[in-house]
Amino acid sequence: MKADFAKTRLIAAQTRAKLVQLSHQSGAPHLGSSLSCVDILVAAYWHCLRIDPKHADDPERDRFILSKGHAAPALYTVLAKRGFFPELLLDTFGKDGGVLPEQPSPGSVPGVEAATGSLGHGLGMGLGMALAGRIHKLGYRVIALLSDGELNEGSVWEAAMFAAGRKVETLTAIVDFNKWQATDRSRDVMALEPLADKWRAFGWRTFEVDGHDLPALVELLNRPYEGIGQPTAIIAHTVKGKGISFMEDDNNWHYRIPTADEVQAAARELLGSV
Amino acid sequence: MRNAFAAEITALADQDDRVVLLMGDIGNRLFDKYRAAHPDRFFNAGVAEANMTSMAAGMASCGLRPVTYTITPFVTTRCLEQIRVDICYHHLPVTVVGVGAGLSYASLGATHHACEDIAFLRALPGMIVVCPADAVETRLALRAILAQNQPAYLRLGKKGEPVIHKSEPKFVLGKALVVRPGKDVCLLSAGTVMPLVLETAEHLAPHGITAEVVSFHTVKPLDEDYLRSAFGRFRTIATIEEHSLIGGFGSAVAEWLVDQTPFAAGRLLRFGTADHFIHEAGEQEHARRHYGLTAEAMGQKILLTSK
Repeated sequence: MKADFAKTRLIAAQTRAKLVQLSHQSGAPHLGSSLSCVDILVAAYWHCLRIDPKHADDPERDRFILSKGHAAPALYTVLAKRGFFPELLLDTFGKDGGVLPEQPSPGSVPGVEAATGSLGHGLGMGLGMALAGRIHKLGYRVIALLSDGELNEGSVWEAAMFAAGRKVETLTAIVDFNKWQATDRSRDVMALEPLADKWRAFGWRTFEVDGHDLPALVELLNRPYEGIGQPTAIIAHTVKGKGISFMEDDNNWHYRIPTADEVQAAARELLGSV
Repeated sequence: MRNAFAAEITALADQDDRVVLLMGDIGNRLFDKYRAAHPDRFFNAGVAEANMTSMAAGMASCGLRPVTYTITPFVTTRCLEQIRVDICYHHLPVTVVGVGAGLSYASLGATHHACEDIAFLRALPGMIVVCPADAVETRLALRAILAQNQPAYLRLGKKGEPVIHKSEPKFVLGKALVVRPGKDVCLLSAGTVMPLVLETAEHLAPHGITAEVVSFHTVKPLDEDYLRSAFGRFRTIATIEEHSLIGGFGSAVAEWLVDQTPFAAGRLLRFGTADHFIHEAGEQEHARRHYGLTAEAMGQKILLTSK
C-alpha cells in the first residue's frame, strides 16, 4: 500500500464534514466522539487493513471492530468512502426503518464486524475472532478501537489479561484517548492514568502516538508483530471534536447537535483548509 | 450429568472440528480427555466469564461452534450482558452450558444456587433453553443443539443423577418426552427434579390417581402441541422445576395458558423455589425440603386440588 497521505488527509476532512452534517440531519449525538477517531479509522482502512470491499465476508480478511460503538457514524462514513456500500446510503443514517442505526447492528451493512454500542465488548469479541484465526490457521489481523471511557469496564481488562496470557499477536487494541467521557474528564472519573503503563503491565506491547498524525499512526499500525509474543496496544492521544475549532476539547459536543449554520461553518473550516 | 457432558462434547469435537470448549476454570480433571485430544480447541478462560462469553461469540462469528461451561449462575446471570448482546443480538450459535442447576450446589450457599437463570435466559430473543432430566438427555440435547444454528442454553445437574431413560428416546428439541403415561393428572418436569416427580407420581398412585410424567426438557420453545393436548385431557397439570416460581418453566406455561382461546380446561399448579434466598447451611435435599420440593408436599397439594 503506497502511502498517499494527501489523498487520505482529504478523505479525513471530508469524513469530518460529513459527520457534522449527519449529526445535524439525524439528531444523533456523540459527534465529539466520532470526530476524535476519524484519523485512526482512515489510517486503518486506507493504509493498513487487508480488506476488499467487494468481498466483505472473506474469511481471511482483517477485522476492524469499532468497540466504541457510539462513533458509528464515523465507521459508516469510512466504510462508504472505502467502497463497502454506496455513499448515498449514509443519508438514511438514523432514519426510521433504515439499516444504519445510531450504534451498529449486526449484518446491517457490509463491513460492520460487531454490533457494539454497549461498551466493553469489542475487545473480547475481537480476541475470539483472533483465536478463531489461530484455530483455522489463518493469519488475519484483528484491530479493536476503544474509547478511554470504555476502559472503565472490567470486561476490557479481562480480555487484556487473557490476550496477553495467550500471546495473541494478531490482536491490536487502539485507544482513542480523547481525555473525556460522557460527563467528566476521564482522569477525574477513575485512576485511568498512567494508561500506557497499565497496558504494558498487562503484557501488551504498547505505543503512544498523536492520534491525528496519519503517517505516525500508519507506521505504528504497520509495525511487524510476528514473533513478538504479545498483543499490541496503541494509545492514541486525540482531541474530542477534532477538526472544528468551536468543538475541540469541548465536552458539550458529546451530546450537542449542530445547527445548520454550524454544519456550514464546519465544512468551511475543514474543506477550506485542505 | 457433567461426566456425560464431558464425554459427549469430546466425541462431538472428534467428529466436528468447529467445536470449541471454553471453561471458566472449573471441572478438576473433567476435561482431561478433551484437552488431550483437542488442545487447540480448548480454552481455560479463567474466572472471567464475561470475556469467556465475548470470545465465544467472536469465535462463532468466524464459523466455529463454541461451548461455554462453568457453574450455572456464573455462566448465565453473571455474564448476562454478554449473552444478550454478543450472542443473542448477533444470533450466533454459541451454546451456554451451566453445571449445577437449581440447588445442585446447595451446600455452597446461595451464591452457587441457580434459581433465576431460566427466567433471564428465556427472555432473550432467539435463545433456546434446554433442561435435560438425566445423562441420556444431556447427550442427546447437546447433539441436537450442535446440529442447529442458534444460541442455546443447556442447564445441567451435577453428578449422581439417576438415569431416567433405560433406552435412548427419540429426542427432538422442543418436543416433550412422556416418561410414564397416565390418565388423571399430568406432571411436567423440567430438568433434574425428574426423580422427585416420579416419586410424586408414586405418592399419588395409592389414591387412585395415575399421573402422566413428562420430561419437558425444552422450556423455550415450549412444546405447544403437547400442552394443548394435556390441558384437554387432564384435570390438573403441574409444572415442577428447581427454579424460582417467578419467570421459570411454570411461568412460561402460565403465559402460554393465558394466551389460549378458548380458555384451556385443565388447572395449572406450579412448583418451584420461593422468592427468598436460603441463608442456612444444608445439602440439596435439605434445601429442596425448605422450598417444599418434596414428593410428599407436592403430592399433598395435587391431591387437594384434584378433589
